[in-house]
Amino acid sequence: MLKIQNIYKTFNAGTVNEKRALKGMSLSFEPGDFVTVIGGNGAGKSTMLNCVSGAYTVDEGHILIDGVDVTRLPEYKRAKYIGRVFQDPMMGTAATMQIEENLALAARRGKPRTLRSGITKAEREYYKEQLKILDLGLEERMTAKVGLLSGGQRQALTLLMATLQQPKLLLLDEHTAALDPKTAAKVLEATQRIVEQSNLTTLMITHNMRDAITYGNRLIMMYDGRVVVDVSGEQKKKLTVEQLLALFSEASGSDEADDKLLLS
Amino acid sequence: MVSLLNALPGALSQGLIWGIMAIGLYITFKILEMSDLTVDGSFCTGGAVCVMMLLGGHNVWVSMLAAVLAGMLAGLVTGIFHTLCGIPAILSGILTQLGLWSVNLAIMGMNSNQALNVRNHELLVSLRYMQEVEAGMRPFYQHPICVTLLVTAVVIALLYWFFGTERGSSIRATGANVNMARAQGINTNMNKLIGLMISNGLVALSGALLSQYQSFAEINMGRGAIVIGLAAIIIGEATFGKIFKNFALKLLAVGLGSVIYYVVIQSVVSLMDINANYLKLISALIVAVFLAVPYWKRAILPKKHAVTGKEKEHA
Repeated sequence: MLKIQNIYKTFNAGTVNEKRALKGMSLSFEPGDFVTVIGGNGAGKSTMLNCVSGAYTVDEGHILIDGVDVTRLPEYKRAKYIGRVFQDPMMGTAATMQIEENLALAARRGKPRTLRSGITKAEREYYKEQLKILDLGLEERMTAKVGLLSGGQRQALTLLMATLQQPKLLLLDEHTAALDPKTAAKVLEATQRIVEQSNLTTLMITHNMRDAITYGNRLIMMYDGRVVVDVSGEQKKKLTVEQLLALFSEASGSDEADDKLLLS
Repeated sequence: MVSLLNALPGALSQGLIWGIMAIGLYITFKILEMSDLTVDGSFCTGGAVCVMMLLGGHNVWVSMLAAVLAGMLAGLVTGIFHTLCGIPAILSGILTQLGLWSVNLAIMGMNSNQALNVRNHELLVSLRYMQEVEAGMRPFYQHPICVTLLVTAVVIALLYWFFGTERGSSIRATGANVNMARAQGINTNMNKLIGLMISNGLVALSGALLSQYQSFAEINMGRGAIVIGLAAIIIGEATFGKIFKNFALKLLAVGLGSVIYYVVIQSVVSLMDINANYLKLISALIVAVFLAVPYWKRAILPKKHAVTGKEKEHA
């Protein structure tokens, strides 16, 4: 489904601030894989995700989505295949536009924007049903501006927007990190439900090791721009935080498995 | 006072004509959230093209269409500078505006002004028609106020329709949150181009109307247009912002803002007997004050805004 082949990404090349974020990273997803990604700060998690989404272009290597080489496709064209939820709740929605307008924009992801009406009556009914599933009462506030919603509500809405038009790949970049624990749990729960329902191929970056173990069928740890741990199936189900820390110190070659690096 | 009353219909007509320019500016300034300085040049382009076409014997509608297309072309150039060449929007507009100075002179046959003889052409709007309507020589609907009101209404109706379409919504999204727009597969560069073209097309339409109204085009006619446009937007928002929530009404507020601006300026000039030379200085000061007031409010009332800031964080 997603094939990352030997990608390299360096920031500020040739300057004192040179940062080699990805160093020949490769990864391959099966259809329906729900992969959680962990790693310390600067391990290259977000860079990898941004290279897949097209926000960054890679220096070397290839990225294929469902057999299509998207390496040189601009971000907006890749969006046809990709649903995305950002870490920052402000980033995924247009604050000055209505809830239903945001949904209507998302429903047209990957389609040409014509001079037909931006939102139809039938659509409104459909969005209402979909919002009911989120169980946040948003179905009663369809014409409210998104800027009036809480962070959790905005993330839930972004999640719905990302999946309204079924993506081949769902990218979640620490999408609950900016939320309070209770709201984060709610949004994660909604994530799980939506992913299972449509059997979406999903990549979720998280700072929370417990979440990384609980969710998904496969866990990847990144370190220094590469994948260092890749666990799936039964082995992942049995994984504990302690084991994960041990795996990390082994992979990184340091005895000090500093859990601060990995957070919680 | 008498001179003010005499000047009023003229101020209203001119205010409405400039209002169309301000509505064009609203598209870039408020919807796309970019400052487009092309306006000062494309306004004159509209006037110059319209006058030259009329002098060339074309009818008024063809001339105005040509003016609008020329304005859209100017917007396209700014858009290409910005999107394909990566030049910041404000600088792109300045570059186009500078280049348009020469282009506008060339359009006018290397003259700094070109005059129309009103008797030789059937115009859409003209100062002379105002007198002729008052003298009963023309039907009332040819009064410049009627014509400009009608044109404003048509422009607002078209924009209201367009910004409700899929493409129009995607342009609004581009201005509201460019990251979100790209993530939703919206070609944000294309949308900026379209927005700039529509905006400058309207600016040129306004220029074409003004050149007919005053029966000449001249190279300086657009100087300071952006400031007048901003004044109209700000005054419109300050005056009608609380009651006009609908998009069409917001555009109407911009048009009316321009009228208020013109009436105020006219009053100042007539009542205080100020040399018209100081108009631009007064305009600049008025706009500076209107732009500063919201900032001062924030600085002086930090508590109130700290609360809303927090709300935003949770929002």
